[in-house]
Amino acid sequence: MEYIVIIISAIFVNNIVLTKFLGICPFIGVSNKVETAVGMSGAVMFVMVLATLATYLLQVYILQPLGIAFMQTITFILIIAALVQLVEIILKKVSPALFQALGIFLPLITTNCAVLGVAILTIQSDYNLTEGVVFAAASAMGFGLSLIVFSSIREQMDLADIPGGMKGVPISFIVAGLLAMAFMGFAGIV
Amino acid sequence: MSQIKNLTKGLINENPVFVLFLGLCPTLGTTTSAINGMGMGLATLFVLVMSNLVVSLIKNFIPDKVRIPAFIVIIASFVTIVELSMQAYVPALFDALGLFIPLIVVNCIVLGRAEAFASKNNIYSSIIDGLGMGIGFTLALTVLGGVREILGSGSIFGFKFIEGDGMLLFILAPGAFIALGYLIMLMQKIKSKSA
Repeated sequence: MEYIVIIISAIFVNNIVLTKFLGICPFIGVSNKVETAVGMSGAVMFVMVLATLATYLLQVYILQPLGIAFMQTITFILIIAALVQLVEIILKKVSPALFQALGIFLPLITTNCAVLGVAILTIQSDYNLTEGVVFAAASAMGFGLSLIVFSSIREQMDLADIPGGMKGVPISFIVAGLLAMAFMGFAGIV
Repeated sequence: MSQIKNLTKGLINENPVFVLFLGLCPTLGTTTSAINGMGMGLATLFVLVMSNLVVSLIKNFIPDKVRIPAFIVIIASFVTIVELSMQAYVPALFDALGLFIPLIVVNCIVLGRAEAFASKNNIYSSIIDGLGMGIGFTLALTVLGGVREILGSGSIFGFKFIEGDGMLLFILAPGAFIALGYLIMLMQKIKSKSA
């Protein structure tokens, strides 16, 4: 039951992009086409779950016993950067097809604040290992959902007649604002 | 003369938020009031100046292949310093900014300036560059925080000038996107006029 609460909360109520403002850069940057949005979501999902798993184990079995939890920021970002490199190398060898699909997005993910954000949030929320992994997967789904919805709207918007000063980024932000307003409707269901 | 240009380019022409669209997560996430925006901006300013300084100091010793991880470690060290100092001296602001303080580490502006400027220029101009970009970022966050605070709660820097609540929407998440959208539009108008 509590897993369902975590999942619904992470996807809809506390959507990481639209209510927590994490991962805005890829949200605005790679949302021109639905196809790239799907690729990016897949890559984020993959890395976010692995990163949360790795940082959780690091925090519980190394940092806390040694009493150096203040090193969290430095160690987490290094783990994530190393993990992304590792995933890239392994994918290239094991599954070239998947690498083709996700490859160009992987380097971008190191500086995606959603990954580090979710890793830190897992620690802060006192989740255990399975809850943390479920939370990470659900957060990534929330990221994917908002990214894909947003990119479909942007594809439609290319055909629309938009006032001069609003073209490009400004109108995207207004649309994102309206989308965030829609997601506010989910508040209170959990 | 060129140093003055170096300092002021971050304010309008290459403003990190309004023109380059970098560091948008803290921009949207922390600007519920002018003072929070300013606090976040100043914390980033410190990290930006210090990491630019250190990166330009040791740029000749870092092998090219591992420069990005090295920069990230430098940046993360200064972020940890900021995090611990803020927790000790300004706990209220630390609580308000929350998650976004450790996330300075993945703020694209900081790594971007280290890679694009500090790793190629001398110490003096790197510090000026960090200062200019940091001030531009702080300015943008303070303006956005101010706009949201005026519209959302009818106050500025905590001084209330209307009775009751404002448009609550602007304090909440959607207001952040909408306010930033209109500010970027304004900025593009100003830039196209002056150019």
